[in-house]
Amino acid sequence: MFIQSSLSDKSTFFQKLRSFDYIILLCVLILGIISSFAMYSTDGGELLYHSESHIIRFIVFFIMMIFISFINIKTWHSFGYLFYLIVLALLLWASLFGITAQGSKRWINLYFINLQPSELMKIAIIVCFAKYYHRIQVSNVNSFKNIIIPILILVLPIVLVVGQPDLGTAILIALSGIIVLWLAGVNIKYFFYSSLVFIISAPFVISFLKPYQKLRILTFFDPDKDPLGAGYQIIQSKIAVGSGGLTGKGFLKGTQGYLEFLPEKHTDFIFTLFSEEFGFIGSLFLLLIYAILIFRIIKTGASSRSFFGKFFCYGFGSAIFIYITVNMAMVLGLLPIVGSPLPILSYGGSSMLATMTGLGIVMSTKIYSRQQIS
Amino acid sequence: MIGGGHDSGIKKSNTINRRMFIFAAAKAVVFFGIVGRLFSLQISENKKYLTLSDKNRLREARLPPVRGEFVDYFGNRIAKNLTVYQLHVIPEQVEDFKTLMVRLKDILNLSNNNLKELIKKKNKQKPWETLIVSENLTWDEFSKINFYLHELSGARPVLTVGRNYPYNEIYTHVLGYVSEASVEDLVSNETIKDRNVPGLRVGKTGLEKALENELIGTNGVQRFEVNAYGKRINQIDFKEGEKGKTIKLTIDTEIQKYTYELLNEKAGSISVMDIYTGEIIAMNSSPSFDPNLFLYGIEQNKWKEIKKNPLKPLLNKTVSGLYSPGSTIKPLVALSALENDVITTNMKVNCRGHKHPLELYGMKYHCWKKKGHGYMSLQNAIKQSCDTYFYEAARLLGVDRLNETAKKFGLGNVVLGEYYNEKKGVVPSTKWKKQAIGQNWYLGETLINGIGQGYIQTTPLQLCLMTAQLANGGHKIYPKLIFDNKQESIEAIKQKMKFAEENKVEDINLLSATERLFRKEEKSYDVLYRNKENVKFVLDAMFRSTNEIYGTSFSSRIEDPKYQFAGKTGTAQVKRITEEERELDLKTNQIPYKERDHAWYVAFGPYKEPRYAVSILVEHGGSGSAAAAPIAKKLFKFIIDRHELREQNRKKYLINNNV
Repeated sequence: MFIQSSLSDKSTFFQKLRSFDYIILLCVLILGIISSFAMYSTDGGELLYHSESHIIRFIVFFIMMIFISFINIKTWHSFGYLFYLIVLALLLWASLFGITAQGSKRWINLYFINLQPSELMKIAIIVCFAKYYHRIQVSNVNSFKNIIIPILILVLPIVLVVGQPDLGTAILIALSGIIVLWLAGVNIKYFFYSSLVFIISAPFVISFLKPYQKLRILTFFDPDKDPLGAGYQIIQSKIAVGSGGLTGKGFLKGTQGYLEFLPEKHTDFIFTLFSEEFGFIGSLFLLLIYAILIFRIIKTGASSRSFFGKFFCYGFGSAIFIYITVNMAMVLGLLPIVGSPLPILSYGGSSMLATMTGLGIVMSTKIYSRQQIS
Repeated sequence: MIGGGHDSGIKKSNTINRRMFIFAAAKAVVFFGIVGRLFSLQISENKKYLTLSDKNRLREARLPPVRGEFVDYFGNRIAKNLTVYQLHVIPEQVEDFKTLMVRLKDILNLSNNNLKELIKKKNKQKPWETLIVSENLTWDEFSKINFYLHELSGARPVLTVGRNYPYNEIYTHVLGYVSEASVEDLVSNETIKDRNVPGLRVGKTGLEKALENELIGTNGVQRFEVNAYGKRINQIDFKEGEKGKTIKLTIDTEIQKYTYELLNEKAGSISVMDIYTGEIIAMNSSPSFDPNLFLYGIEQNKWKEIKKNPLKPLLNKTVSGLYSPGSTIKPLVALSALENDVITTNMKVNCRGHKHPLELYGMKYHCWKKKGHGYMSLQNAIKQSCDTYFYEAARLLGVDRLNETAKKFGLGNVVLGEYYNEKKGVVPSTKWKKQAIGQNWYLGETLINGIGQGYIQTTPLQLCLMTAQLANGGHKIYPKLIFDNKQESIEAIKQKMKFAEENKVEDINLLSATERLFRKEEKSYDVLYRNKENVKFVLDAMFRSTNEIYGTSFSSRIEDPKYQFAGKTGTAQVKRITEEERELDLKTNQIPYKERDHAWYVAFGPYKEPRYAVSILVEHGGSGSAAAAPIAKKLFKFIIDRHELREQNRKKYLINNNV
C-alpha cells in the first residue's frame, strides 16, 4: 500500500496526463460551447456584455479547472475544514457587508468579480462532509455526536443563506450536504423522520416566508391564476419550450427569447431558451452530455481508493444532478420557481467558479486515484 | 487502511456503494421524468404551445376601411375621401400615460376637458386598443408632432382617409352624413360590427346610412411582431383592404345647386324627375346644414342652433315632410271623375263667390275667389283652380274612387322606399277612416278632399311622381336615385309604353301576383288610365293654367316653346279659415309665419315634348301662384338648358334592348 502511494506520488507529469479524464474535459468543453452560443442568443445575436463576459469566464475557469486537477487530492483533504470555514466567513461577510441587489444581500464585491459565497458553499459543504466522514467508521456514523456535528455544519450556512434571503441556493446547499450524509450511512429512519417533520411543519414554514416566496409557491400550483404577474415566468417558459417542437425554431430564431417574453433568460431560464431554439433533439443532446459528465464523475468516485475522493465524487456528481434536475423541473413547470442556475450553462461567475472547482477536484481524484489519505 | 482496519473499510465501502446505487436508481427515474416532460411539452403539445407563442408575438392591426365615394350624374365627386392627419396612442405601449398626455396637451393646445375625456376613454377600452387623441390635425400640428416624436414614445402620427362633402349643404338631405360609429350602429348592423375599428365613420342618415354595407369597404390588415412589452418589432404581413363601392347618383349637381339657391332662406322642397326614366335629377329640402360639421363631432352650440331652427333643417321635407297637396290634386280629381264617368268635360258648375257658398248639411264650402268664378267648365276649373267646381266633382266621384286613382298615381305610398325614412302620407277612403280613426266618413270630408285639404297628406316627392306619371301620358314609371349603367333609350321606353297601351289590362288588380312581379322586373310601364283622352284633357288644362290668361300661373309662363311648361298651383291651408279671417282677407305677410299657407307648384315641360316633372313647395310661402310658380319658371329654363348635356351622358350607357 505504501509503495503504491509513493508510486503515485512520484508519477511523472506524463503519467498524470495519461490518467487525465479527457471525457470530462470534452463534456465540459461542449457545455462551454453550448453555453456560449446560448448566451450569444440571449444578447440578441450580438457579442454583447453577457456573452462576452460569459465566454471569458468560461475560459479562465476552464484553465483553473485543469490547474486544480493537478493538485494532489491530499491537499484538498487537508484544507477541507479550512475551505469550509473560509466560505462560511465569506457568507457572514456577505450577509453583513454584501452588495444588495434585487432585494437580496448575497454578493461580495471583489473588484474583479462579484463573488456569491453561497454558490461556493455548495462545494465547500461537500468537501467538508467528505473529510468528516472520511475517518469515521460505519458503526460510529449514527452516534449522537456524529449526528449533531454534521447537522450544525449544515444548518449554519443554510441559516445565513436563507437570511440573505436566497431560498433556492439554501435548498441546494441543504441537498448537497444531505446527499453526503446519506452516502455516509446515516440511518434511514433519520431521513424518514426529518422529512415527516418537514412535511408537517411546511405550512408553518410557509407562513414565515417572504410574500414573494409564498407567491412563487402558490403560483406553482396554479400559474394561470395570475398569468401576467407571478405565473408569467412559468407560463412563458412552458410556451417557449413547447413551441420549440422536435427540432426547435433554429439558432437565434427563438421568438420567446428574442422578443423578451422570457424572464431571466441568461440565468435560470437559459435551458428554456436553448430548448426553444434547438427543440427536443437539442435538449436530449444536452441531457446526454450532462448524463455522461455525471456518469464519469461517479465512475471516478467508484475507482477512487480514498473515502474522501469517493465521498466527494459521489456527492458532487449527485449534487450536479440535483442542480440540473431542479433547474429543468423548474423551467418545465414541474417545481416552483426558486433561483437555481443550470451548471456551466447559466450566466453567473460564482456558480461557474464553484462548478469548475468541483470538477477540478473530481479530476484530481482521478489523477491521484491511487492516493491513500490517512 | 484507516482506523478499524480492512474489514471496516470494506463495510464502509459497501455502505457507500449500496447507498449510491439506491440514489442512482432514483436519479434514473428523475432523469426519465425530465425527458418525459420535455417530450410531452415539445412533441405532444407542440401545436398548442406554438399557437400560444404566435399569439404572444403576433399582433394584428385592422386598418380602417376606405369608404366608397358618391359621384353625381356626370361623375363629379360629391362625397369623397380626403387625407386626414390623426394622432393615435396605444396605451399599453406608453411608459407613462400621464406624462405623455401632458406633453401632447402642450403641443396640441388641448383643453383640460379634452384631456379628461381622453383619460376617460382610455380607462374604458382595452390597453392594446388604439386611442385616438386627435382625429383631424392640421398640417402644422401634424408636423409639430413628428418633430417631437422622439420624446413622445407610444404616440403614433397616422395618415388616414376621412369623409369630405365638397358641396357642403347642397347634398345633405340626399346623402346624409357620416359620424363616429355608435353602440347602436354596432348593434343594428352586423357589417359595421364586423369592420369596426376605433374612429370608424359610418352613415347616420340618408344614402350614407342606407347604402352602408356597400360603401363601407373592407379592413386592411397589418400583422406584425411585438415584443413582451408590446412594442412593434417588425411588420410581417400586410393585406390591403378593399375600398367600398363608388355610387353614382342620377342627380345633376348644377341643378341641385340651383334648387338650393332658389330656396335660399326659405323652408321648402324642390324635386325634379325624368318622366320616362324616373331618374331624380334634383331633390332638395331647405334649409339644410353642412354635413362636414358632423364628421368629427359637432360642437354643442352649433348642434343646438341647427336643432332649434324653426325652419327644421334636420327634416328631409322632400320625402319625410307631409303636407296637404291643395289644388295640385285637382288634375287628379278631374282625371278620376272623367275616368269613372261621373262627369263629362262639358259639365258646368256655377261658382257664386263668398256670398253664396256651397252649402251641405249646414256647412258652407267656399271657393278661394271672393267674387266667384261664375259658370265654370272642367277645363276652366282646372285652369283657374275653382274650388266650387271640385267640391261638386268630388261629391259626384266619392272619396273611394278618388282614393283608387290617387294610389295608382303614386300617392299614399313611398316613392324610393329603401333609402330614407320616407313617409307614406295619407290618401283617405271610407275604409281608411274607419280603421285609422274609427269613425264613419262624412260627405263634407269628400268635398274638401276634392281640393286637396282634409285628411289627404302627401310628400313633395309623391306629387312630383304624380305629375311625372301624368305628363308621360299616364304610365307607371320607376323612380330612382342610383344610376345604373344599363340605360334604356327614351325611344325604347316610349315603345314599351305604346306596347303597354295596346295591350292594356283594364283592371290592374286582375293581374296575378306573379305576373305583376314579372312585369315589375321587366319595367313594363303599365298604363294608369282607362281612357287616354282623359289624361290628354287634364294635361291640356294644366297647359292652359300656365299659358293662357286667367290661368293661375299665367304670370310665370315662358313663351319660348323650348322652355314652355305646364303646371298646377296649389295653396294649402295649414289651419281652418274662420269667417272673421275670411272677411279680413289678409295679405300673406300680415299673417303669422306659422299660419301662412304652404305654396305648391307642380309642373312638367317642355310642353311640346315633355321630359321633366317638378314639384315645388315653399312652406308657409302664401299662394302657389305667387310663391312657388315663379321658381318653376327659373328652374325649367335651367333644367332644359342642361338637357343636351344630360342626354349625351346617357348615351354612353345605352344598352340595346328589344321590346
